[in-house]
Amino acid sequence: MEFLSYLISGISLGSVYAIIALGYTMVYGIAKMLNFAHGDVIMVGGYLSYYAMFSFGLPWFVALPASMIVCACIGMLIERLAYKPLRQAPSLAVLITAIGVSYFLQNSALLIFGANPKTYSNPFQSVNPDGSINAGISLFGGQLTITYVSIVTIISCIIIMLALNFFTSKTKMGKAMRACSEDKGAAQLMGINVNRTISITFAIGSALAAVAGVLLCSSYTLIQPTTGSMPGIRAFTAAVFGGIGSIPGAFLGGLLIGIIESLAKAYISTQLSNSIVFAVLIIVLLVRPAGLLGKYVPEKV
Amino acid sequence: MGEILRVDNMNVYYGAIHAVKGISFNVNEGEIVTLIGANGAGKSTTLQTVSGLLKSTTGDIRFMGESLMHVPAHKIVEKGLAQVPEGRRIFLQMTVQENLEMGAFVRGNEGIEESLENVFEQFPRLKERRTQIGGTLSGGEQQMLAMGRALMSNPKLLMLDEPSMGLAPILVEQIFDIIKELHKRGTTILLVEQNAQMALSVADRAYVLETGRITLSGTGAELAASDEVRKAYLGG
Repeated sequence: MEFLSYLISGISLGSVYAIIALGYTMVYGIAKMLNFAHGDVIMVGGYLSYYAMFSFGLPWFVALPASMIVCACIGMLIERLAYKPLRQAPSLAVLITAIGVSYFLQNSALLIFGANPKTYSNPFQSVNPDGSINAGISLFGGQLTITYVSIVTIISCIIIMLALNFFTSKTKMGKAMRACSEDKGAAQLMGINVNRTISITFAIGSALAAVAGVLLCSSYTLIQPTTGSMPGIRAFTAAVFGGIGSIPGAFLGGLLIGIIESLAKAYISTQLSNSIVFAVLIIVLLVRPAGLLGKYVPEKV
Repeated sequence: MGEILRVDNMNVYYGAIHAVKGISFNVNEGEIVTLIGANGAGKSTTLQTVSGLLKSTTGDIRFMGESLMHVPAHKIVEKGLAQVPEGRRIFLQMTVQENLEMGAFVRGNEGIEESLENVFEQFPRLKERRTQIGGTLSGGEQQMLAMGRALMSNPKLLMLDEPSMGLAPILVEQIFDIIKELHKRGTTILLVEQNAQMALSVADRAYVLETGRITLSGTGAELAASDEVRKAYLGG
């Protein structure tokens, strides 16, 4: 029963990583860049939803889409101002710019919201008539509790996965995105506006980061300017683990990293959990350098 | 026969390298015009500049009377100018059908099915392999897919960049039969080729490009008979 509970919390954590990893992997697939500022967009989404819910008193189902929309705009703005001018620049310049944007977001948050962590009350729970908090479903006579946050997180992840799968395989825009990720020149010859496609990719990735921000803050019930850093790095690991550029890879990588982290914390050592996650990553990359689902398509000449 | 494409004084640079040096040529409606020349003569650069992927620093490029000098690449296709790029560049991870759909990206949904049927009629092999991933096709099939994909936009002018590259002689014949067939159906074609013999045999008019300059021009037959061309490109 204990194991089941750790597994579920691992899946829930992994679902958040998967949602974040999608942002990394989609941007990498199309713009061929590592957007290290992605983790900080999670934090921005967290703060936006924090103020929407606790200052304006909006319910979570209004606050969430609102912060998704604002984050999507911020993502497009970052791309337009920081990355687009570097389209032809060497990738190292783009990478350093991304790190710069990351610091910029963190320090802006520090300036605007202050360094003190704020309490983010979990919107996915209810208060019982007797005043106690009902945070989840109790199973097996109270031996196993699944929190509503976990349930919402896992369901969100599944919905996002299905929606993205539909988007990239059935819609014209989604297919154009895949075309751009393969060959931008050829995509332009088809009449696809590559700049706009990149912009839309950033918008989708950043909107997903906002979802991750709400879910993450709801389960940790805290928010501070560095909230996005560590989950961002773990999710990046997850994206590489699954095969960067691959959407199913991001899901698989996210879930596995979440589960490994949770089980390692439970059964081996809390302090060592990061080392264990990265050790597994190194081993996987030694065996499969392109990641678990990373594609290698032989090209015929 | 109206003029469909007119290039005036095109100059293209790759950094410090002057790849195309002030060339001018034109294509009339219904013609097959070919640009022939050796590797590195500037043929592909010329096509990429007409398509808007590269920019000419001087002169003008007019398509159906309209200047393309300041039109972004993705808008040029909409105007009726499609290119089959060198090396085919099909989307290897997408299915044959998806590749063709991308070719029709600039069009609305209307008439897409009909265009698909037309392409499948022209290239029955593609119909058989409709759901297959592009990367699994043979070289010849990929060339057909690249051509079919370009045709999906219903172009007024089809530009082909080295369609015979890397193909077995029998497939080269087949590709040129298709080019003739497309021409017969009324498509205007601008063909870039290293295989001068094949290109001149189908072309109404031809230009010879050497290190970024047009050194000769004339009808296909004239150039095929010219001593200079025979020596340089036709092996005798």
